[in-house]
Amino acid sequence: MATRAGPSGIASGLLSPELLGFLVVWALGTVGYVLFPDDLAFLTRIVSIAFLVLSLDLVTGYCGVATLGHAALFGIAAYAAGNAARAGWADPLVLLAIGALVGAVSGLATGALIARFRGLPQLVLTIAVGQLVAALCNKLGWLTGGSDGLSDYTVGPLFGRIAFDMYGRVAFLMSVAILAVVFALLLRIVRSPFGLLTRAIKDDTVKARMIGASIYPRLVAMYGLSGAVAGIGGALGAITAGVVGLDGVSFERSASALVMLVLGGAGNLWGALAGTLVFHVFEHLVSTANPFHWMSLVGAMLILVVVFAPRGLSFGAIVLWSKLRARSP
Amino acid sequence: MRTVASIALDATCYGMTLFMISVGLSVMMGLMRIVNLAHGAFAMIGGYIASYASVSLGLNYAIAIPLAALCTILVALPLEVVLYRRLYANSDALTQLLLTIGITFLIIGVANYVFGPTLKKIPLPASLSGPFDIGFRMLPTHRIFVLACGCATALALWLLLERTEFGIRVRAAVDNAGMAEALGIRTSRIYLATFCIAVGLAAFGGVVGAELLPIEPYYALRYMVIFLVVVSAGGAGSIAGAFLASMLLGLADTTGKYLMPEFGEFFFYSAVILIVAIFPNGLLGREH
Repeated sequence: MATRAGPSGIASGLLSPELLGFLVVWALGTVGYVLFPDDLAFLTRIVSIAFLVLSLDLVTGYCGVATLGHAALFGIAAYAAGNAARAGWADPLVLLAIGALVGAVSGLATGALIARFRGLPQLVLTIAVGQLVAALCNKLGWLTGGSDGLSDYTVGPLFGRIAFDMYGRVAFLMSVAILAVVFALLLRIVRSPFGLLTRAIKDDTVKARMIGASIYPRLVAMYGLSGAVAGIGGALGAITAGVVGLDGVSFERSASALVMLVLGGAGNLWGALAGTLVFHVFEHLVSTANPFHWMSLVGAMLILVVVFAPRGLSFGAIVLWSKLRARSP
Repeated sequence: MRTVASIALDATCYGMTLFMISVGLSVMMGLMRIVNLAHGAFAMIGGYIASYASVSLGLNYAIAIPLAALCTILVALPLEVVLYRRLYANSDALTQLLLTIGITFLIIGVANYVFGPTLKKIPLPASLSGPFDIGFRMLPTHRIFVLACGCATALALWLLLERTEFGIRVRAAVDNAGMAEALGIRTSRIYLATFCIAVGLAAFGGVVGAELLPIEPYYALRYMVIFLVVVSAGGAGSIAGAFLASMLLGLADTTGKYLMPEFGEFFFYSAVILIVAIFPNGLLGREH
């Protein structure tokens, strides 16, 4: 199966995919930590967004639900973590757990509605749910700080003793550690019978139903899992940035997450990770020059990917790699 | 009473603007089955060109509108031939979304590079900017102009689709593209013509409705989903459905913003969820 290829396919036999995922995330994190010690806040933000893109991959890449409202789950969890911190729960791990829980519940709730439909109505419902949450977050100022954002909270030290430093080292290392663990877990889950079944549902719903799969509960369950992952990302953003803003629930956040996912390759967790990284590096380089050049570039990139590498950059790279290997003796 | 009257007028005008822009998309989605998020971008191009024509070239409003529609079609035509055409046979929603998001981003970037990233004003002629006496009260003339344009669009499109040879071919292609082709109808030409009509209507609606949906650098992104939502709520391919959905959603949005402005688009999207959950194929749409 093509989507099983990837770095995991290349190194199979040596390491389990989960261990490889864990190690690669750590290696990338270490490289970032050593090479860009002054940009750790930016790198931490990328890690937080990576959770959102991974979470989006679970529903879009593995279940075939095209959604333009996924940032709602991310944002709700970020506000939940911020409010929990405001109420006095300062432990970052507790806040992460709250984020995951709130994200999972929101995912189950919206998934219960969205998974009932297919095609255009489904897409429009994801948009409407996302915009509804954004409008509510703007309105409920006592809960979210409105357009000023939520920032009047403090987060305690990690494990009760390691305080967050002003260079963002602890925040970054903590984020990378959590990403490595979650990424390895997700790699395991998408290979499990449950993960394979959701992929069967995506590929052919009718056939999946004929072999006896109950479609709707699986999709809702995956939405819940996806919500938990997005929630961890949202809570992580709230903990490390010290502020939760309306941009976390915005349509732009949902749309850019989808762009990142497809640039990397939907239906492949490695692609989600790669897409997030490539997108942010390019954005960092180009949009400082001119934000409209950045939009043109992303637009052109998307068009080229859809036309020439419809399964994403990572898959295109693998095809290219295997062709080159086949040519050399 | 006065509030009710002004809500009704603003809601109708807003609904008409939504209708003018989204009806083209509705026809296109009914025929080609494509989820096009770049429709607002075409309205934006129309607005930019109209603004350039009337502000920089000093052309008359009455000339600027058709010029904008025509130029937008010319700009969009290569996109149809090179990009959109490959989507018609492709039912994968994700591909359609991404290609049209990509086109939108590209248009935003290029348009603002060429014309500059500022709010684009389209000055109204004196005959449209004053108040208009309808007997018992005064109304802004421009609002009446928007209403008239909306009705004219609906009527012209209905005549085109129901009363002409071309309309018969379009409806045949909507019902069964393969059979229409077998009977000698060149569907690719029908698709091209429909695309041009949709783009022209988007530009026309964008210019005429610029007082309600101001033409600004991120117009295409801000209103990216709104037209798609209207079409989906009304039912893809249905003119009457697009009209009904535009009016209902215009009413929900305007009433909400008048009475509880801090809720923003809450009421608009609540209405959308309600409509789509009850009528998955839209108010007047058919099942595909």
